[in-house]
Amino acid sequence: MKIRTLALAISMATFGLGSTVMSTAAQAQAKEQFFPVIVYRTGAYAANGTPWANGYVDYLKLVNAKGGINGVKLSFEECETGYATDRGVECYERLKGKGATVFQPLSTGITFALTEKAPVDKIPLITAGYGRSESQNGAVFTWNFPLLGTYWVGADVAIQHIGKQAGGLDKLKGKKIALVYHDSPYGKEPIPALQERAKMHGFELMLLPVAHPGVEQKATWLQIRQARPENVLLWGWGVMNSTALKEAQATGYPRDKMMGIWWAGAEPDVKDVGMGAKGYSALTLQHGAEPGSKVVKDMLAMVHAKGQGTGPKDEVGSVLYMRGLISAMLGVEGVRKAQERYGKGKVMTGEQTRWGLENLNLDQKMLDGMGFAGVMRPVQTSCLDHMGSSWVRVHQWDGAKWNFSSDWYQSDDKVLRPMVMLASGKYAEEKKLTPRTPEQCKQ
Amino acid sequence: MAFFLETLIGGLMAGMLYSLVALGFVLIYKASGVFNFAQGAMVLFAALAMARFSGWANAALGGDSLILANIIAFIAAGGVMFIVAWIIERLALRNLVNQEGATLLMATLGIAYVLEGIGQTLFGSEIYNIDVGMPKDPVIMLESVFEGGILINKEDFYAALIAAALVIALSIFFQKTSTGRALRAVADDHQAALSIGIPLNRIWVIVWCVAGVVALVAGIIWGSKLGVQFSLATVALRALPVVILGGLTSVPGAIIGGLIIGIGEKLSEVFLGPYVGGGIEIWFAYMLALVFLLFRPQGLFGEKIIDRV
Amino acid sequence: MIYRENGQFKTSYGADQQIFPIAQDRYLVLAIIAFAFIGVPMLADEYFFRAILIPFLILSLAALGVNLLVGYCGQITLGAGAFMAIGAYAAYNFLIRVPELPLLAVLILGGLTSAAMGILFGIPSLRVRGLYLAVATLAAQFFWDWAFLRIGWFTNYSSSGSVSVSNLTVFGWDISSPVNKYLFCLAILVVFALIAKNLTRASLGRQWMAIRDMDVAAEVIGIRPMWAKLSAFAVSSFFVGVAGALWGFVHLGSWEPAAFSVDRSFQLLFMVIIGGMGSIVGSFFGAAFIIILPIFLNQFLPALGDLFGIAISTAAVSHAEFIIFGSLIVFFLIVEPHGLARLWATSKEKLRLWPFPH
Repeated sequence: MKIRTLALAISMATFGLGSTVMSTAAQAQAKEQFFPVIVYRTGAYAANGTPWANGYVDYLKLVNAKGGINGVKLSFEECETGYATDRGVECYERLKGKGATVFQPLSTGITFALTEKAPVDKIPLITAGYGRSESQNGAVFTWNFPLLGTYWVGADVAIQHIGKQAGGLDKLKGKKIALVYHDSPYGKEPIPALQERAKMHGFELMLLPVAHPGVEQKATWLQIRQARPENVLLWGWGVMNSTALKEAQATGYPRDKMMGIWWAGAEPDVKDVGMGAKGYSALTLQHGAEPGSKVVKDMLAMVHAKGQGTGPKDEVGSVLYMRGLISAMLGVEGVRKAQERYGKGKVMTGEQTRWGLENLNLDQKMLDGMGFAGVMRPVQTSCLDHMGSSWVRVHQWDGAKWNFSSDWYQSDDKVLRPMVMLASGKYAEEKKLTPRTPEQCKQ
Repeated sequence: MAFFLETLIGGLMAGMLYSLVALGFVLIYKASGVFNFAQGAMVLFAALAMARFSGWANAALGGDSLILANIIAFIAAGGVMFIVAWIIERLALRNLVNQEGATLLMATLGIAYVLEGIGQTLFGSEIYNIDVGMPKDPVIMLESVFEGGILINKEDFYAALIAAALVIALSIFFQKTSTGRALRAVADDHQAALSIGIPLNRIWVIVWCVAGVVALVAGIIWGSKLGVQFSLATVALRALPVVILGGLTSVPGAIIGGLIIGIGEKLSEVFLGPYVGGGIEIWFAYMLALVFLLFRPQGLFGEKIIDRV
Repeated sequence: MIYRENGQFKTSYGADQQIFPIAQDRYLVLAIIAFAFIGVPMLADEYFFRAILIPFLILSLAALGVNLLVGYCGQITLGAGAFMAIGAYAAYNFLIRVPELPLLAVLILGGLTSAAMGILFGIPSLRVRGLYLAVATLAAQFFWDWAFLRIGWFTNYSSSGSVSVSNLTVFGWDISSPVNKYLFCLAILVVFALIAKNLTRASLGRQWMAIRDMDVAAEVIGIRPMWAKLSAFAVSSFFVGVAGALWGFVHLGSWEPAAFSVDRSFQLLFMVIIGGMGSIVGSFFGAAFIIILPIFLNQFLPALGDLFGIAISTAAVSHAEFIIFGSLIVFFLIVEPHGLARLWATSKEKLRLWPFPH
């Protein structure tokens, strides 16, 4: 028996070796543009990770259905991380070997780890709406692209919105704003920006951390009940968001005084709270739930109607699905832009894609043409600005669906730019990097 | 003062919920000496089964009667937990009798992985809703005594009542029924119980089934509070200090321990937390248990172990 | 037939008490080490180094440390992840605050800090034991998880609480390439494994084992339980701390406290128990099993599906990975509760008799 088990174990191990070798051999024949898809469809954050992944993959399928990028078809492979950093690194290494063009890890922890590896491997890292806020500075963070917005943008706009509702930013003086945040780099990112704003306007910032995964918040909300802050900002992910809303309901904190970051403003966060979350609003990373947009109709007609949809049909157009879709679009457009310079119809390398992402210029006409009319505003990146835009809207949950409740905002560069320069300068100093000069950018 | 009371009550109710999970640990440890780390996974599995069955039954009945759907789902989920318990006992633990504590612990962790995988495969990994008609809105009490009154969460209150009822039912089961007596006999001395004709294997299956039902009730209450999703499995980690504080072998210990931990962590988070940056309740619960342990190494109500050379 | 010790006569006490008394064992181990140093760098590709070999080496070192405590001294710990974190963050602080220190010194200092904390958090072991102790060590885990998130000084006030290191050199040898990282970790592991093996054969290790087998009896024959238990905690935490520093510095490069969460502690304990408690080689088997199996399943299952023309979704693969991983753990514990190391020992016994079993 025991010998047999041993034999079994050995044969399994050899098999394992064999299959890895085989998979490394398979990469050689890549004539397609390969997109790695790092996802988490299981684990504590599965409910939020799944629609994002579906949107991401669906968009790649849609591009293929439309004939690829100037004729270059896209190939992709998913790798499951379960939101764990070390599995993320393993996925990165695995997919990198298959000719990955651009990585989008959808996890702040994995982003931090990959930020160290990407420059070595020369693969750009898109972190649309998450990741390191100071990586906006492309002179230092050559390979990071926090496109569309960072947490500092989110924090900044949140305060602008609250100020506007109060009747002017000067009205915030002496008020109390609580930040309920996921106790991780993700949740801690907005704190410096909020502190900066608190100094400017004289409001008091109350910091309330919630431990992973965020199911235990009774004490947090008791403190909120006691301190009665005018507004609560919610910086949660996954189950933490719905739990926060339930606890707010249970302690009677008005939901219309609560505002979430764009990762706390999707259907899985509010769906099972239902009417209990009515009035809760959240920032959006440009887009909200967009079931009526043209790109969604295209998706349904060209991918889902053919039975190639990745997820269920009724999920298409939901907030996180759209986030995944737009993330994929940004990667694809980066490749398309790169092809303009390095040869149309060719497969781009990571380095070439990086140039494309750095010179991305999606004006409204192009976006409308791709079916993003009403969904997105223009994005234009440069060597020094890897973020491209900071347009944010606010949407509100009415008990059944999200509705936009505000105009477009933009973060205040006068506040954030010095912070970005300071933080990225510190990073460059620690890493002994010399920031790129404008001349180097032109290459 | 009102706020202190509010925190205290919140702590008590949270403690009751921890006790529910802790009970599952104690039951199994008492009867078979297995420290069942899979209890959290069982809670998740049971809650997933309950949520999905309730949804399906509700759809099959045309959405007319939520109560009937819930009853059907409860019975079905209970049945599933019986099967799970039986399989665990049959396939895994029966073959591990007389192994060291650490080995058994690891085996239950392995079982937890399996349960998490199967649960998500069968029932999906989205967030599901268990609606057993628990009220969600708070009530304010004693407004005449304190300014602003004391806020009590009705849902927590009912949950605590259910937990209390379950504990009483379990106590009666242990004290008054012959199966319960047999269980206690096994807990006291395996060999003696075997020699007077108590079938050990059957007893273990029963214990696991009871633990499965406890997990189901815990799963329903936690699931109705938080929504049914993967993180339910982590409530086991919150219940560990409770078991340690109360003693691994004591049912009342699980209850008292739960209350102490519940109060301790809420008071510490609310009143000490702000001075050190907050988020201290998890480790505070463990530290509390640790301090108790230094004075009573076998827990509050645990059995004292006497060593002889 | 080949594996036989006939004719190998020991003529001195030294020869009788060496680590591998059988010549074939000695040659085999030397050959494996030589292969690891020379052969592997020529054969393996980058994925193999960065995703499998380096994590394997570092976690083997951590498992070795945990095994000294759990397997040799009988004190169950679920706080190993915290001591990895202490090692990593302490080393980070030494690195940035005393930039003159060489990397090796930084790693050792990280380990020593972890050892000091190990002694502190080992104190409950003097009062409680078994599962109670296991849960008590969880207190350390959760406390340090919190401390590294909350206390800014530890992370040099980085706004996100995440820290990173780069440009590592050892005596002028740049270890940024995967091969060099691998060789560096391997060298450290070999040295530490030798230290561990010798510790367990020396008086200290024998004291630990006496405490493990029966602490009351050990006390009666004059072993001081406090000294034995706390030294086990210190040495174990030192190993684990160095492994943690390597994990942060060499493997991840940039990390947050979640890299050393309670899951890591469970993972390390798994390695020790699956590999074999109280066995140095078992730590390596355990680490290999726990690291390679999930990755292997994750890649093998879709390939298997393709073979039969079924496309398995990522989620299903991941669930199946959970189920198979869990079942295999239970299966191995049932088949051989003493771990893979015992299987190894049994097969060696059989090999000695082969091909004439009687």
